[in-house]
Amino acid sequence: MGRSFGIGEFLFLLKAIPWTLLLSLGALVGGGIVGLVIAILRIAPSRPLQWLATGYIELFQGTPVLMQLFVTYYGLAVLFNLQVDAWPAVLLAFTLYSGAFLGEIWRGSIQAIPRPQWEAAECLSLSFPAQLWYVILPQAARISIPPTVGFAVQLIKNTSIAAIIGFVELTRAGQLMTNTTFKPMIVYPIVAALYFILCWPLSLLAQTLERRIDATLGIKTHY
Amino acid sequence: MNYVFQFNVVWDHLPELLQGALLTIQLSATAMALGLCLAIVCAYGKSVGPRPVRWVVAAYVELIRNTPFLVQIFIFYFSLPVIGVRLTANTAALVAMTVNLGAYASEIVRAGIEAIPYGQVEAARALGLKRLQIFRFIIIFPALKTVFPALASQFILLMLSSSVVSTISAVELTAITNSLASTTFRSFEFYFVATGLYLAMALGFRAGLSAIYWAVFQRGRAP
Repeated sequence: MGRSFGIGEFLFLLKAIPWTLLLSLGALVGGGIVGLVIAILRIAPSRPLQWLATGYIELFQGTPVLMQLFVTYYGLAVLFNLQVDAWPAVLLAFTLYSGAFLGEIWRGSIQAIPRPQWEAAECLSLSFPAQLWYVILPQAARISIPPTVGFAVQLIKNTSIAAIIGFVELTRAGQLMTNTTFKPMIVYPIVAALYFILCWPLSLLAQTLERRIDATLGIKTHY
Repeated sequence: MNYVFQFNVVWDHLPELLQGALLTIQLSATAMALGLCLAIVCAYGKSVGPRPVRWVVAAYVELIRNTPFLVQIFIFYFSLPVIGVRLTANTAALVAMTVNLGAYASEIVRAGIEAIPYGQVEAARALGLKRLQIFRFIIIFPALKTVFPALASQFILLMLSSSVVSTISAVELTAITNSLASTTFRSFEFYFVATGLYLAMALGFRAGLSAIYWAVFQRGRAP
């Protein structure tokens, strides 16, 4: 018979949360950089660059995260002859994945800025990078905050997939504790509850911010 | 780089991969149909149901949307047998996918319902239609039409996340790929090809859903 599920086992789960958060945060920062590049390429005044960015987004939004993890994990091993740990491979995979989603979200935010803003900036004879940097991005950033927070929730949940290749975060810790205690009816609901505690406040925040921005932009909602 | 790619091993096993892809398609298509029905019921309950029903639906939606799909699968497959509900791997996968999709899709459908101008409901009421008749004949069809693009991308996300059910030994594409990769030691090649298959399936589903949209909402109507 296995161990019982006591305070020690619960603490083991808690100690895995920082890894979930660290992975999410790392992927959000790395993916933010990739995503900004992708978003700008998508609206750049050059067809090939637009196609490149579109291809990147299609590739990462059209394949499962789990497959991206496997390909990155084994790809690093065979392409660069690197026997990597799970951590860098997982971080790289989630960075590339977030880049595609954030890129698409931010492209939407940039394109939500009315056309005359671009034209006005052009009349001031600003270059394309200057138009983007001084006029468009500061406004687009505001619009993009709620969906970005929403994506952070999706990212935190998806980092659970890293458990499958053996990276010890919250879900993997849950698996390990189930294997030692044989109490899946206790462990997995607790794991789910811990994720809920991490994600729900962010979901609510995203909703609140969205309503506030809709209000300032004068968009009518049902609330 | 001194690794020699051997994709011919993958081609030898292509029939098995396609077999797995078939199960992925079956699981996803079934979950899409069932999940949409669940979503419509939930959206109806949340829009016009009495307060307790609305609370139950809201709790269901928030719980599912703020916990990882992987943990939900574990609960359906590993936790439920403890209280006597024993599901086979494929059934557990299908149930988890349906329940997951139902929550996301119900919010999408509800957005569509809220977008129906209220005057139409009042007009229907003036004609003496009952509440369920109003929902059935006036509301749901245009609501689904409005939100169809959002539903379609949610459906495709579901198909992609179905790769995660490989962890409970439902032998869909990812599970087959895993076992072939570990018996042939050609991990990178297998995962690379499987990723391509997923991409093809995502494009295929998108085309199929567009065809459904055309057949259901566009055919025989004035443009």
